[in-house]
Amino acid sequence: MLRFAKHARYVLSENPVTAGAFLFFTLLILLAVFGPWIAPHDPLATNASNALQAPTWAHPFGTDHLGRDVFSRVIVATRLDLGIAVSAVALSFVIGSALGCSAGFWGGWTDRIVGRVSDTIMAFPLFVLAMGVVAALGNSVENIIYATAVINLPFYARVARNETSLRREAGFVLAARISGGSDARILATQVFPNILPPMMVQISLNMGWAILNAAGLSFIGLGVRPPAAEWGIMVAEGATYIVSGEWWLALFPGAALMLAVFCFNLMGDGLRDLVDPSRRT
Amino acid sequence: MRTKLAQVGRRLLQAVPSVIGIIVISFALTRALPGDPAVYFAGAMADEKSIAEVRVALGLDRSWIEQFFIYVGNLFSGNLGVSLNTGRPVLTELMTRLPASLELTFTGLGIAILIAVPLGVLAAVRPGSWIDHMCRVLVTAGVSLPTFFTGLFLIYLFYYLLGLAPSPLGRLDILFFPPEHVTGFYTLDSLIAGDGETFVAALKQIVLPALTLGLFALAPIARMTRAAMLNALASDFVRTARANGLSSATVLGTYAFRNAALPVLTTLGMVFSFLLGANVLVEKVFSWPGIGSFAIEALIASDYAAVQGFVLSMALLFVLVNLAIDTLLTLIDPRIGLDG
Repeated sequence: MLRFAKHARYVLSENPVTAGAFLFFTLLILLAVFGPWIAPHDPLATNASNALQAPTWAHPFGTDHLGRDVFSRVIVATRLDLGIAVSAVALSFVIGSALGCSAGFWGGWTDRIVGRVSDTIMAFPLFVLAMGVVAALGNSVENIIYATAVINLPFYARVARNETSLRREAGFVLAARISGGSDARILATQVFPNILPPMMVQISLNMGWAILNAAGLSFIGLGVRPPAAEWGIMVAEGATYIVSGEWWLALFPGAALMLAVFCFNLMGDGLRDLVDPSRRT
Repeated sequence: MRTKLAQVGRRLLQAVPSVIGIIVISFALTRALPGDPAVYFAGAMADEKSIAEVRVALGLDRSWIEQFFIYVGNLFSGNLGVSLNTGRPVLTELMTRLPASLELTFTGLGIAILIAVPLGVLAAVRPGSWIDHMCRVLVTAGVSLPTFFTGLFLIYLFYYLLGLAPSPLGRLDILFFPPEHVTGFYTLDSLIAGDGETFVAALKQIVLPALTLGLFALAPIARMTRAAMLNALASDFVRTARANGLSSATVLGTYAFRNAALPVLTTLGMVFSFLLGANVLVEKVFSWPGIGSFAIEALIASDYAAVQGFVLSMALLFVLVNLAIDTLLTLIDPRIGLDG
């Protein structure tokens, strides 16, 4: 553990950008948890006499077409955006690693079926498939989560399958088998903990993409309904005002979205360096 | 050559399971609707009689297996149902809008390739130089950019601030008539018709949305080109070519790049898949009258047949593009067919 901490410190000091990403990630978590208390204004309070005001000290990000404070809305939206992405990624992680582990461990028909299902999902343009899933299940936030989880599933299943099949015949697995462990027990206690590091990398590389997808879906009017504060829908609302020069409506939520995704991608690269130094770029 | 043809044939056969999988999933999506699908397909204005008609037409009164075969039969006769929004067959709607989307997607992809490939090659040839650093920044920033955000930013910059771009509303300014239909691509059609003014007008409209898509597709292509080129440059045959005193242009162009082109082409398939998704968002931002806009309208209005038709046709298009890329790969790969 101490060695790992040393290695982590080395990687972080080698790459200050990764350290910055971790800091920003902490900030995002804080905003998601404490957002509603930090926000200076009520994100839903409208004020028609103060609509479409450019950024000032009272409203650092300006006000939108209903006079709501964009700054507060951007802060409060963090929870919903991260919440959707985290739930979707958690779902695909759990189901994907269960499927992938069984495919890699038992091989044969299990492997063929799981492989075929992932291939079929990947045969669709993924964002388009997500649209189709939302259309079929109904237009709600939960279904956005399910749709995002479905399109992320193949990535987790593949990583889990490959990493498991590499370790299927490993010494510690054989040892566990000789000492009488059942397949399920070996999978849960021996194999799964060992494939966690590459799965964690996959998660943080995937997180940014999940946020982008969910925001894209709500940008086209799926899932999150107004007046809820969410980055994608805020950009969509601001889009109407771009052509008349009110840039702050779309810029700030869009920038928040971009920074969050950027942060997760940098963190993913950093985590990969931590876990797998040979693939460092 | 014969080995190559056999390879292409085998690749064609490999597409069959994907197509079957796609059809099964899109069938499942049409039947996953909570409640009675017939009510959804008939629309909000339907009465008992029309719902019953839809039920018989879709075969919903029969077993799942029978329903599936009715669905497949309808697909093969080109019957994707009727769009509730427009009252016209979904297939007709999709076909009339497809050229607009394809024109946009291919232009975007073209822009991305034109920028990303030279950038990736230069970054690999001079690792650690400012080009390499720029490439790395672009690659990480590019995958983090929400396409709809880039599009809006470009509109603000080029339309509102600089006044260089026309208003972001569709494929052609209302002052112009669309050119005579040949390919459906306005830029090409106006050239064929020899109409310079319409060509310029169509070009002006497509630049910003295509650039948005291009910026989005740039990152994965540049990353792959750089990696593949670095790989090729480190290989034995490049070292041998250098040792034999070939000019660096020959080494880079003939030896390294031709080999690096293969993985890059493979990546293009994946990039195209992402582009088809991003296309939907860009079409909304620029009010581009393609299938993406059609699908969004259909989604909002719960026009199920239209949405499922859209998903299915995009998936089939993606399979086709992958097939084309793989065929091309087989044909240009110097390692296939030498031993045959």
